[in-house]
Amino acid sequence: MTWKQMFTSSVGKKLVMSFTGIFLILFLIVHAGLNACIWAMDGGVMFNQGAHFMGNNVVPRILEIGLFAGFILHIVQAYMLTIQNRKARSVGYAVSYGNAGSKWYSRSMALLGTIVLLFLIIHLSHFWFPNRSHQGFLLGEEINLFDTMKEVFSNLWVVIVYVLGCISLGYHLAHGFQSAFKTIGVHNKRYHAMLSGIGYTFSIVIMLAFAMMPISFYCGWVS
Amino acid sequence: MEHYNMNLNLKVWRQKNTKSKGEFKMYRVENISSEMSFLEMFDVLNEQLIHEGEEPVAFDHDCREGICGMCSMYINGKPHGPWQANTTCQLHMRAFKDGDTIVVEPWRANAFPVIKDLVVDRTSFDRIIQAGGYISVNTGNAVDGNALPINKDKADASFAAAMCIGCGACVAACKNSSAMLFLSAKVSHLALLPQGEPERHSRVINMVAQMDKEGFGSCTNTGACEATCPKEISISNIARLNQEYLVASLTAEK
Repeated sequence: MTWKQMFTSSVGKKLVMSFTGIFLILFLIVHAGLNACIWAMDGGVMFNQGAHFMGNNVVPRILEIGLFAGFILHIVQAYMLTIQNRKARSVGYAVSYGNAGSKWYSRSMALLGTIVLLFLIIHLSHFWFPNRSHQGFLLGEEINLFDTMKEVFSNLWVVIVYVLGCISLGYHLAHGFQSAFKTIGVHNKRYHAMLSGIGYTFSIVIMLAFAMMPISFYCGWVS
Repeated sequence: MEHYNMNLNLKVWRQKNTKSKGEFKMYRVENISSEMSFLEMFDVLNEQLIHEGEEPVAFDHDCREGICGMCSMYINGKPHGPWQANTTCQLHMRAFKDGDTIVVEPWRANAFPVIKDLVVDRTSFDRIIQAGGYISVNTGNAVDGNALPINKDKADASFAAAMCIGCGACVAACKNSSAMLFLSAKVSHLALLPQGEPERHSRVINMVAQMDKEGFGSCTNTGACEATCPKEISISNIARLNQEYLVASLTAEK
């Protein structure tokens, strides 16, 4: 069995989805933790220090390459699997199977993922591109990321888009978290019950943590 | 339960052969007893069609006791009809009311091409089993059944997985047309027992490779298969299969 055979089999492709998914879940924890500095109520000093470190230190910059690789693998593999799965049934049913045994969000991972991807593009263009392009060698003067957030989140529509993006992410995680562990082989009932509980809690906490950031700026809860 | 008769409208998929394009046809059956099985109701329909000089509806059936895995109708949006843990042959007409319209379709998956009407070709399952769903047994006298101690929980889990009758309802219900519940049952019931140990790794690798070759989709753990399975095969078998595959492929020598 070659590595290629392993990772191109249907189970192998799922393993890639699972490993990258768990990696991205870990990233969300770091991202939420760092962004929580906006609530330090110090005019963004701590937050900007964090942003400066992430952009100017070599370690997070190298890790960032791995992060992008994780995102790309997860996204490309997901679309390839979705296309392949759709092709497995060329004639559909007249009466659809519906909700028996499965949740709507578990059947809509591709749709939810696409919404998260669109949100991600908007999100990167709001913060990551302007921030990174002004850090180090490109466009000189580093921007004040806290002030940028304040400005971006003064627009109600942007806040609504961010909240919808966070809700999609929450549902994506509600299935993705526990599914990822099933894929790497967690079949014991007691672990599965525990991971399902952690998964649902994590989805809600992450969704609320990220959604509260634009809401806090819009409502003036951060200073 | 009170016995009653009913008149029904049937919307049935008719398809001449694999290559032809099928279509739904409407039929009416009258005086159907609530005590009949769904297949007996189809027998009545076919008698009627033969009487009228029409081609009877082709459908798979064998034991009509719920244990052979041959019956395969997708009834009103659910494989084997509305009852839980049940096969089409054991679905009784008391599940329906007078005047109901029942939509009957074949399993839909490219790996299960329609042969005729409601009959689909499920030999892809046979080929998956041939790829590794066996154990090596020495010739000679049969070994005493209790010679080998086996953990009770594992034996129970193995028997529960061995309940799979290979009907294909899991594939029919899955949005990805994945055969993972079937495959996981076949891999699990052998992997859990010491008798399955010699081929444990090659079995899972070869059976997954054959499943992929047959054109089934990939599992996304939605749980629709488990909910529709007439033998209530647990989805935890799929996670066990994933673990078997991961260990087998990571520890392979070549």
